[in-house]
Amino acid sequence: MAKKRIVTATINGREEEFLCQPRQTLLEILRDTLSLTGAKEGCSNGNCGACTVLVDGRAVNTCMVLGVEADGTDIETIEGLAPGDGLDPIQEAFLGNAALQCGICTPGYIMAAKAFLDENPNPTEEEIRFAMAGNLCRCTGYDKIVRAIQEAAEKRAGQPASCQKETV
Amino acid sequence: MATIDETKSAEGSDETPKYKVIGTRPIRHDGADKVTGRALYGADIKVKGMLYGAIHRSPHAHANIKSIDTSKAEALPGVRAVATSADLPEPGDKIAELGEGSVVLNHLSSNNLARTKVLYKGHSIAAVAADNIHIAREAASLIEVEYELLPPVLDVMEAMSDEAPVLNPDVRTEEVATGEKGDKPTNVAKRFLFEKGDIEKGFAEAKYVVEREFRTSTVHQGYIEPHVATVLWNNDGQITVWTPTQGTFSVRQQVAELLDVPLARVKVVPAEIGGGFGGKISVYLAPAAAVLSRKSGAPVQLVMDRADVLQATGPTPGSYIKIKMGVDAEGHLTAADAWMAYEAGGYPGAPIGAGAMCVFSCYDIPNGRVEGFDVCVNKPRTNAYRAPGATNAAFATEGVVDELCGKLGMSPIDFRLLNASKEGTRRIDGVVYPRVGLVETLEAIKESEHFKTPLTGKNQGRGIGSGFWFNAGLKSAVTATVNSDGSVGLLEGSTDIGGSRTAIAMQFAEAIGLAAEDIKPAVVDTDSVGYTDVTGGSRVTYATGWAAYEAAQDLKRQIIARSAELWDVDPAQVSYEDGHVIGPDKKACFKEIAVELSAGGEPLVGRGVSNHNEPGGAFGTHVVDVEVDPDTGKVDILRYTAAQDCGTAIHPAYVEGQIQGGAVQGIGWGLNEEYWYDKEGSMTNANFLDYRIPTCYDLPMIDAIIVEVPNPGHPYGVRGVGEVPIVPPPAALAAAIQDAVGVQMTELPMSPPRVLHELLKK
Repeated sequence: MAKKRIVTATINGREEEFLCQPRQTLLEILRDTLSLTGAKEGCSNGNCGACTVLVDGRAVNTCMVLGVEADGTDIETIEGLAPGDGLDPIQEAFLGNAALQCGICTPGYIMAAKAFLDENPNPTEEEIRFAMAGNLCRCTGYDKIVRAIQEAAEKRAGQPASCQKETV
Repeated sequence: MATIDETKSAEGSDETPKYKVIGTRPIRHDGADKVTGRALYGADIKVKGMLYGAIHRSPHAHANIKSIDTSKAEALPGVRAVATSADLPEPGDKIAELGEGSVVLNHLSSNNLARTKVLYKGHSIAAVAADNIHIAREAASLIEVEYELLPPVLDVMEAMSDEAPVLNPDVRTEEVATGEKGDKPTNVAKRFLFEKGDIEKGFAEAKYVVEREFRTSTVHQGYIEPHVATVLWNNDGQITVWTPTQGTFSVRQQVAELLDVPLARVKVVPAEIGGGFGGKISVYLAPAAAVLSRKSGAPVQLVMDRADVLQATGPTPGSYIKIKMGVDAEGHLTAADAWMAYEAGGYPGAPIGAGAMCVFSCYDIPNGRVEGFDVCVNKPRTNAYRAPGATNAAFATEGVVDELCGKLGMSPIDFRLLNASKEGTRRIDGVVYPRVGLVETLEAIKESEHFKTPLTGKNQGRGIGSGFWFNAGLKSAVTATVNSDGSVGLLEGSTDIGGSRTAIAMQFAEAIGLAAEDIKPAVVDTDSVGYTDVTGGSRVTYATGWAAYEAAQDLKRQIIARSAELWDVDPAQVSYEDGHVIGPDKKACFKEIAVELSAGGEPLVGRGVSNHNEPGGAFGTHVVDVEVDPDTGKVDILRYTAAQDCGTAIHPAYVEGQIQGGAVQGIGWGLNEEYWYDKEGSMTNANFLDYRIPTCYDLPMIDAIIVEVPNPGHPYGVRGVGEVPIVPPPAALAAAIQDAVGVQMTELPMSPPRVLHELLKK
């Protein structure tokens, strides 16, 4: 067995140092080493998006990234999204639109939506559907998820810039 | 989204709403946990000292097991225990009643850990527990199994022939009507036969008769959360199972039966469940994890990967169906005949009984005959999937109906309105419908803006389809604990797969006169609430909602009695109305009286149970517009509208969600999803990239029309919602493809190669 390595990454704004076997995925490190179980394992091969977190601002399937590759990166997970007292506009929109049923895909969906809306704050329905096609949901038929992301985009557009900054 | 409510519209628009809480859209109680990543699903449960397990699975579809050698796995450093079927008690020929069906225990046991044979690729043979998942997987791969290979049989028709290799030597054909069993080993486990009227006479009266054959592929529920079970076998023999399941009490019973321990020694703690759709009822991992825990002295977690989920849990059956129907010159159905063979997978248990009862369920037919077969093939043992058996059947029946409409020159909606099942219609299997809402769903579609908007583009077409599901009642229990501030905790035994906590709490709130937010629902373990059947059969909002209603009635009775005592009046002078207890000269709202009674006397606890079986049955009608690419055969969905009778919509947003989600699963089943097998019986698309469920980019918005024809068999008129919406889509899509490009699709899925094949034949 290859030796464990020390990996340093910024996770939800705090610098974390952890030991990592070369064969461990970032998903395994997040879930088992750092107890951040909001990222879910649905397929283990990058097909379902349930394990999505942001790495340096980009939505990434963490089952497809090795833990050692996270060295020096800035990682944002679902656990770090909500401000201290309340919820992020995307989280609020998912609740208000009943955009979840079982909820297992929800953390990955919300993180993917955040990366997308950071890049495209005013998307069309078509653009949302194209951008989110890598996140599978088997419960909702996507209708309410797409509406939630539309509503979140509107809410974010109406917020002062400083408020948006906080969630970055 | 449109809502049609015959009671509300009849009362006029200026009437006050019938309900205060029912029909509103509160934020679900578990919402914050689920959008912040805090909700704990199966694999998020980490028990102190937990070991990680892995399973050795069969690479063959059909073989005798000659020997299993676990010595190399046991010798690997970090391995703590290994389990095989030798560690599970021999169940003999015992049959377990599991609330919503029975199972031959030997089959269930062998499906968890194969005994003498493997019956499908991926069949579990041995399990390992180790210090971490990587060691466990390595150890599982070191297990050596010697096989005697047998020829696999994958096709349902081939499996029925006398020459077919027989999977289970103990299976004999059971005539379900009489209970008689055949005398020789066979793959045909059951034969159903339903008859009504005089079928010969019926076909003789017909002006047009159409007979067609249909095939449907094996498909999977495709929930995003893989199966997982974490088990501690404690030193006193008590067993605790943490698992995401549709039925904690069902898991408790299965585990107890398979391990041959008393029921009371097993406690099942529900994790949040990441989808199920019928597929998370049977146990696959908990018995092996329990044995590993007993042997290692530590809690053990077993988790599947996606390939395991597709290859080794219960998909829903592929099928062969032949349908013959006749109509007279006016368009009245005169007779119908169905011959249906459903794949059970490795062990008996296909939903053929339900399929046979559903096949003509949407039509009032005077003469009919339905024959159905449950047939073992070398695929994973099938399980329920949202209206199990009904979607296959509806695809076939509606295909023939569409063709009959063409011959009659009649619109498919008007044909259905003419022949629709309604109150008093007797199904071929004998059941007479109570008040049902099929006609109302047809009318809702006919009146929809979608249906009234003509299609203009080339290669575009429109199709409609209807579907039915029985729904279920069964047993539920709810405990209402009143807090000292007058808020209420609601303990429920129904695991919440899509928002049912809130739907149950809303019915309690309506009954007692509180707001949904005043109720704190909790899904609790099997030691903490009364027996509750599975979250399935579209029964939870109906039956557990009814139990919550009864818990409210129980509290009201207590409040009346104790208020009378408190106020020193005759209990007959005290009543409970509209959220208030009212005496001769005093009145208090629930919170006020609850605070006073809690402070001065014993705690207020309400008990509610239900065991009613008038779930009402539910129908849906869908309309879809498609465009077919004539060069590739790809079908694009342009517009989709689904109307469904849900009795009374408790939380309309989640009712719409059920309709939309079910419709999209039906779209996936109709257009793309299938198990691809090679000749050796190996599934070649066991991942989400190749077993491609619909993505959001494949779909438009799904318009849901909620039709409310209250169910007379429920205090609030609830009918189950979850299952019906998966039934019509494949049929509606086939009709739309026919309308668009003039080819009749008789095989599912209607994937680009199949559609192109039909186009090129034309």
